[in-house]
Amino acid sequence: MAFAYAPAPESRAVVDIAPSYGLFIDGEFREAAGGKVFKSISPSSEEVLSEVAHAGGDDVDAAVKAARTAYSSWSALPGAERGKYLFRIARIIQERSRELAVLESLDNGKPIRESRDTDLPLVAAHFFYYAGWADKLSYAGWGPDPRPLGVAGQVIPWNFPLLMLAWKVAPALACGNTVVLKPAETTPLSALFFADICRQAGLPKGVVNILTGDGSTGAELVAHPGIDKVAFTGSTEVGKAIARTVAGTDKKLTLELGGKAANIVFDDAPVDQAVEGIVNGIFFNQGHVCCAGSRLLVQESVADEVLDSLKRRMATLRVGDPLDKNTDIGAINSAEQLARITALADSGEAEGAERWAPACELPSTGFWFAPTLFTGVTQAHRIAREEIFGPVLSVLTFRTPAEAVEKANNTPYGLSAGIWTEKGSRILWMADKLRAGVVWANTFNKFDPTSPFGGFKESGFGREGGRHGLEAYLNV
Amino acid sequence: MADVTASDAALRRFLHGLPGVDAVGLEGRAAMLGTRSIKTTAKAYAIDLAISMIDLTTLEGADTPGKVRALCAKGVHPDPADRTTPRVAAICVYPDMVKTAKEALSGAGSPPVHVASVATAFPAGRASLQVKLADTADAVAAGADEVDMVIDRGAFLSGRYMQVFEEIKAVKQTCGRADGTSAHLKVIFENGELATYDNIRRCSWLAMLAGADFIKTSTGKVAVNATPPNTLLMLEAVRDFRAATGVQVGVKPAGGIRTTKDAIKYLVMVNETLGEEWLSPQWFRFGASSLLNDLLMQRQKLSSGRYSGPDYVTVD
Amino acid sequence: MSDAKSERLSVFKTYKLFFGGKFPRSESGRVYEVADAKGKWLANAPLASRKDARDAVVAARKAFAGWSGATAYNRGQILYRIAEMLEGRREQFAREVADAEGLSRAKAAAVVDATIDRWVWYAGWTDKIGQIAGAANPVAGPYFNLSTPEPTGVVAVLAPQESSFLGLVSVLAPVIATGNTAVVIASERAPLPALSLAEVLATSDLPAGVVNILSGKAAEIGPHLAAHQDVNAIDLTGAGASQTAKELEIAATGNLKRVLRPQPVDWAADPGTERLLAFLETKTVWHPIGV
Repeated sequence: MAFAYAPAPESRAVVDIAPSYGLFIDGEFREAAGGKVFKSISPSSEEVLSEVAHAGGDDVDAAVKAARTAYSSWSALPGAERGKYLFRIARIIQERSRELAVLESLDNGKPIRESRDTDLPLVAAHFFYYAGWADKLSYAGWGPDPRPLGVAGQVIPWNFPLLMLAWKVAPALACGNTVVLKPAETTPLSALFFADICRQAGLPKGVVNILTGDGSTGAELVAHPGIDKVAFTGSTEVGKAIARTVAGTDKKLTLELGGKAANIVFDDAPVDQAVEGIVNGIFFNQGHVCCAGSRLLVQESVADEVLDSLKRRMATLRVGDPLDKNTDIGAINSAEQLARITALADSGEAEGAERWAPACELPSTGFWFAPTLFTGVTQAHRIAREEIFGPVLSVLTFRTPAEAVEKANNTPYGLSAGIWTEKGSRILWMADKLRAGVVWANTFNKFDPTSPFGGFKESGFGREGGRHGLEAYLNV
Repeated sequence: MADVTASDAALRRFLHGLPGVDAVGLEGRAAMLGTRSIKTTAKAYAIDLAISMIDLTTLEGADTPGKVRALCAKGVHPDPADRTTPRVAAICVYPDMVKTAKEALSGAGSPPVHVASVATAFPAGRASLQVKLADTADAVAAGADEVDMVIDRGAFLSGRYMQVFEEIKAVKQTCGRADGTSAHLKVIFENGELATYDNIRRCSWLAMLAGADFIKTSTGKVAVNATPPNTLLMLEAVRDFRAATGVQVGVKPAGGIRTTKDAIKYLVMVNETLGEEWLSPQWFRFGASSLLNDLLMQRQKLSSGRYSGPDYVTVD
Repeated sequence: MSDAKSERLSVFKTYKLFFGGKFPRSESGRVYEVADAKGKWLANAPLASRKDARDAVVAARKAFAGWSGATAYNRGQILYRIAEMLEGRREQFAREVADAEGLSRAKAAAVVDATIDRWVWYAGWTDKIGQIAGAANPVAGPYFNLSTPEPTGVVAVLAPQESSFLGLVSVLAPVIATGNTAVVIASERAPLPALSLAEVLATSDLPAGVVNILSGKAAEIGPHLAAHQDVNAIDLTGAGASQTAKELEIAATGNLKRVLRPQPVDWAADPGTERLLAFLETKTVWHPIGV
């Protein structure tokens, strides 16, 4: 190409990653009681970034106790004072956003453009939004004096590590709860930096506790009798296991789980923006997005035209170094996830769908998967039913609005959906019929702290964001 | 595609049948492309390309032959201290200055710096067709290589598409010279007055169907001129037009592009929307004046490592 | 002439199940004896089977699109119609509630009145809940963003065991007021008011399948409803604070049903909005704002 962009790497020097991190319990970093550690690597290079403590049962117990102790004074604090701590946190996040964006891209593999322009601004905005709720809970619609629940056990995924932390921690603290949060095994670092931000903000010890570890740590946490609330974002399979664990207790539960969203393109769509929306819907964050538009439902009359445009657009996607400011698609988060994506994509081919990917050179180290689309997909294919959680789009066609709705809803999931048409009444008709918690019309993958997010059916229950997001952390 | 211009009704049906434009989505895409980080070798390439694409413009009531001659000299040697600096694509003037510009550039050698003339009662376009054609003929007779016409926005906005179409066709015809060659026709929409993106897309197709060699955003004389989104939309239109007809049309954003950073954003849009085939002065131009000096200062910075200043570029 | 003074032999009612707008017997052919508070036989009630439950779910699912798609005003009118129909049968229900719960006729009449008033309360909520549970969200960008509550779907309801009529309506009415359809397991010991309520529902313009009422053993049918993949939510009120409730909640995780856990409730108290909100999903729609 004549106009070849020279490398434009964001500086790594803005972030100082320590060789090892402990657990953040009761305001202090400490080693795991069992002394276990694990490594966090950069998925784009497989370089070891740091060694972090692996929390076991004793650590969970210590963290829950610390949170319980902190709860009595934290929940008694005037809402305005709690809010001020959250405002402080929001501001420190803004100040340190470049550092955190680089850290997130290193540990997660996502492009710096996204961590810088999407994740971090949303993280700060989320704290800012809920900070303001802390002293206004009596106006939230649940009576004059809604009460916090107690200690919240929160388990978050690796796709938006710091953003998912913000979605969990900000409303919990605003409502007067204290938290024990477990970040994902492959992306523990930004949560540990957040612990440092809590210290800088002067947050009372024990209000936020961070336990790094794997699934066993999360299982210990949600099963701990000392917690009053469980919030989980992750796979539907694990979500169901957590729901079983919590059954028969008084623990309040919210789950934000998988999805298989239909992105529905009608023949009167604003086609250039629809193509952008399709690309953003499935290739944003390497497709590691629970609400990704992983099924493209395109009206038969424009299927060829849309697919041609889509392929042309996909050919311009820039895959590579997450820290390069011009990268559109970064690294797959882990070897394990890469294997899962590869297996599902292979199943698509084996089941007879036609696979296409633009020519693109993938780096030789790290975990990579080219942006891929499958045509000739039917509802019976695994790639049309199972969540791939990767940059793989399944294309199906439809003839009528009713058929589009029927196919879109034909899944146990119900997290999100997209509609592309210039006809207003059709948008509203479709939005009404789609069984999904978030419907993007003529846009996709937009998020905002004021906007409730969460699913229907097996995509989970409860909402995060907005006034609705408070309910998960109040005794209402 | 002759059938779509066969009647007023057919033309209207066709233009209103073009895909709609979602404003927020379009603006979002343009903004995202604006985040591309163009450094070192890529930046050097982009700066030289941008200089070579400039229609160096003076369109003032106070223009004089002296001013035009100075501009021509600058267009040929933008940076007197560095003869490796590419020439601009054209000098853009009012019709009465074409002769002066032509003479000033006559001995400049290769590659040629063209003379572009605005015409058709620029910038308002509020004159009879007869006058507009006379204005055009005058510029062509004086030696204009390129004619930048304005459309009748009033006619467009009131839905008289066929009138606009016929007018462009007539001007195009008037661009023809006795020897059978023709001045290149750039059709200016005045996007700021068309007001909606849907109108800009329709106008793009209308102009291309009528034979425009270039479609141009604006006169530079109104509040809203070239913007990244309205230019991106026109890039999409020329892309789709070539896919439909095989005919390639150029794009010229004009007005308000003053910095290297801005110019590079436009080149990134061309690159990622149309690709290499449009990355030349033959297919993409900047209508600008002060942009050139900023490009020159950035060029000096790249070669010397030092930041330059306005005393090291010429004021013409 | 003493014959003239002898009491007229009354006509007993055969109590039946209610689903899909019809009054079938249990497909199993089973019945069980229902006695009053003092142990006196009142009637035989159908002993619903898991297949009856399955058929009731099918009926409820079939009714869901129409009922959830009906206007809130229309749903309100129908709920109010139920109150009207009940008002005309106060005597009958007072008698049945007195027998079922061992109440004096006066207390039973008060319970029936409260029950009728509860229908009226929920009738008025149908077109207001969206306004208090929804939101126009001021997102930081050029987007229209609106959250609206939508019904969860088919809701299985284990009606309270003790409060056979007021309790029943207090758990049923909020479920259907918001557009869900319901499969109800009536109080096992005192199912007759529920089965009679079906007769009212059937004549109140309520579309077939919106409410389906089963009598029998919650312990037998409950697990099938809790595990049913086409049931979206379950109200465990009638399961009591027992091991059963926990087992049902575990079964309900199979398709991640929304679960309302059993909790002590004063049925006579102001019901608030909790039960209306329990079986609603928030849907948030985004659209760009631009010309």
